[in-house]
Amino acid sequence: MSDATGAEIVGRGNKEGARLFRSWFEELTQAAEQDRRAAYVFVMGSLTELLRTFDFPVVFPEINSLQTAVRRVAHEYLDEAEDYGYSPDICGYVKADVATQLRGGQLPMGRIPKPGIAVYTNACNTYIKWAEIWERMYGVPTFVLDVPGTRAAGRQTWPGDADFENDRRYVEAQIRELIPVCEKVSGVKFDIDRLRENMEHANAMGVGWKRVLELNQARPSLFNALSDGTIYLGVANGLRGSAAGANYFTELVKELEYKRERGIGTLTDEQYRLIFVGVPCYPIFRRFTELFTELGGTFVNSTYLWFASGGANAGFQYELEDPLESLATGLLISVRDAMDSMFFQTGILLEMIETYEADGIVYHPIKSCRTVSTGLADNRRALMVERDVPSLFIESDMMDRRVVSEAQLKNRVDAFFEGLAARKHQAAAGSS
Amino acid sequence: MAYAAGVDVGSTQTKAAIIGEDRAIVSRSLVETGANVVRAAEKAFEEALHAGDLREEEVEYVVGTGYGRYKVTFGNTQVTEISCHGRGAAHMFPGTRTVVDMGGQDTKAIRVSPTGEILDFCMNDKCAAGTGRFLGAASSALDIPLGELGPTALRGERPVKISTTCTVFAESEVLSWLGKGKKIEDILLGVHQSIAARSAGLLRRVGIEEEVTFTGGVARNLAMIETLNQRLGLRVNVSEESHFMGALGAALFALDHILASRAPARSGRDG
Repeated sequence: MSDATGAEIVGRGNKEGARLFRSWFEELTQAAEQDRRAAYVFVMGSLTELLRTFDFPVVFPEINSLQTAVRRVAHEYLDEAEDYGYSPDICGYVKADVATQLRGGQLPMGRIPKPGIAVYTNACNTYIKWAEIWERMYGVPTFVLDVPGTRAAGRQTWPGDADFENDRRYVEAQIRELIPVCEKVSGVKFDIDRLRENMEHANAMGVGWKRVLELNQARPSLFNALSDGTIYLGVANGLRGSAAGANYFTELVKELEYKRERGIGTLTDEQYRLIFVGVPCYPIFRRFTELFTELGGTFVNSTYLWFASGGANAGFQYELEDPLESLATGLLISVRDAMDSMFFQTGILLEMIETYEADGIVYHPIKSCRTVSTGLADNRRALMVERDVPSLFIESDMMDRRVVSEAQLKNRVDAFFEGLAARKHQAAAGSS
Repeated sequence: MAYAAGVDVGSTQTKAAIIGEDRAIVSRSLVETGANVVRAAEKAFEEALHAGDLREEEVEYVVGTGYGRYKVTFGNTQVTEISCHGRGAAHMFPGTRTVVDMGGQDTKAIRVSPTGEILDFCMNDKCAAGTGRFLGAASSALDIPLGELGPTALRGERPVKISTTCTVFAESEVLSWLGKGKKIEDILLGVHQSIAARSAGLLRRVGIEEEVTFTGGVARNLAMIETLNQRLGLRVNVSEESHFMGALGAALFALDHILASRAPARSGRDG
């Protein structure tokens, strides 16, 4: 590391992230060719630390689906699923996955193995119905981990609180039920030391992910949370619990610290620091980001990096003496954090505005994910009551280009920046 | 005397306004946008010049606005119609804090600062319900010219409930009410109330703070003003220039530029 030159260090997180991603898909393709059965999981509570101990190839259908949009072929998958009978109104990720299954697991990045088991939480209501599709298609077991979230009417509980301990025992009991199911499906006996090892890797990744997000408080910001951040997020999910994933984040922190020390940002002229709320517009992923960067705006943080990493942003550290108890605690705290960044985000955003010195917030509800989008208008209003911060509310989709209108988006984004400029002008006039 | 111009290329009509250094409107014009957006912008500007008895060289700075703002090829810069309507409304009614702009295909709710800068805005998305196009659908279904919709609606006493939220389906709903024997004026009053309700919803999303100024082509419709007043429980400001508020705002931005920089005189379009 110390011998690396600046040119080698800056940008290596993106390059290495892309390389790891390709490598992961090569492994999945190989597993598919060998007809090995995978564990299908979702980003909010994937439990890959545990599933890796059973040698399951791990498949994230959400990531596969969004990749079809980034690679501009999502419409082919969506059309195929709609022809098969799925409604245009349901989750685009689900439909792209259905078409993927109908195509024998074929995706632009490679081929994914069939599921042997599906393991998921209740963090998204669609997860449950989605996994039932695989159950019907392949006759595989599905396992739902019911993870209690923050109670709207009560205070948040923490380890040591009686209510939290009840919740933890509830989650731990479910994990203990899951283990024999995994043993049966995989034919691999549970090895608690392998779990400890994976949890240790997850700990290292957790430290790194938390630090990466904190480092972007720097001025200028070190990475764009929407574009670069999504690459980091892919590694955080796909390689969780692995040595490669842990190492990636350790090195990424070094890169970002290097950039911070030298004042190297993402834009040569960062004029506006923004926070993104929602799921990215993958059908025009690069262009969507450019609508903001062209006008001097960069995303310093995003709730997406919180909920779509399953709350890994919290950097929870497992206690390895009692892995199953700690796994339950970590799952409970992290998934709760992921859900809070969707459903109880006002406080989180208010804090982000301060710590990241944000100039504005961009809300991006999407047609095909009501879980994330329902309530965003109310959340925005609640935030505005608390704080007079400029915000933009633009709607499109994460998958379906039929409901993405670049002209309409640009008009609104341009007007948002005109408002930001006016505020800056007024503030400058007021202080002079 | 320096002159500044704003050209607002909307989805259905293109408007131009020319102002002097005293910010008063010198002349204005309105043409149908049609398929040739570049030509529509040129024509609107030419007509405004003609109406003001001005030569092109006398206009120092031109700002393009509206959906076709990038097609104002002779303009010096572009500003969104959201900013321009806010600016124009605050100029005409200095007490304005909220603007509702109703155009051919979109309705905007804009919250502005005392100097007319945008603080927040919301627009209809993906759907033209609650916009001028909704009135166009009713006009077509009832075979009544657009200009007569308002006066006819004001004669309504028992408004029907227009339940559809889709402009395309509005036409069939209007016809179904006709089939049930409802009076045309009651149907039209229902149509106006439906649009007012949707606009009020948009306004609530940015927060309704008085004074509220109503701009855009639909602001010429008296029934729309009345139903909006009833829905909001207040009296909205409406200018005789409401249709030109975007162009006026653009011209005000153009004048800002002239005054700030005293930019060199523009060259002609061909040179």
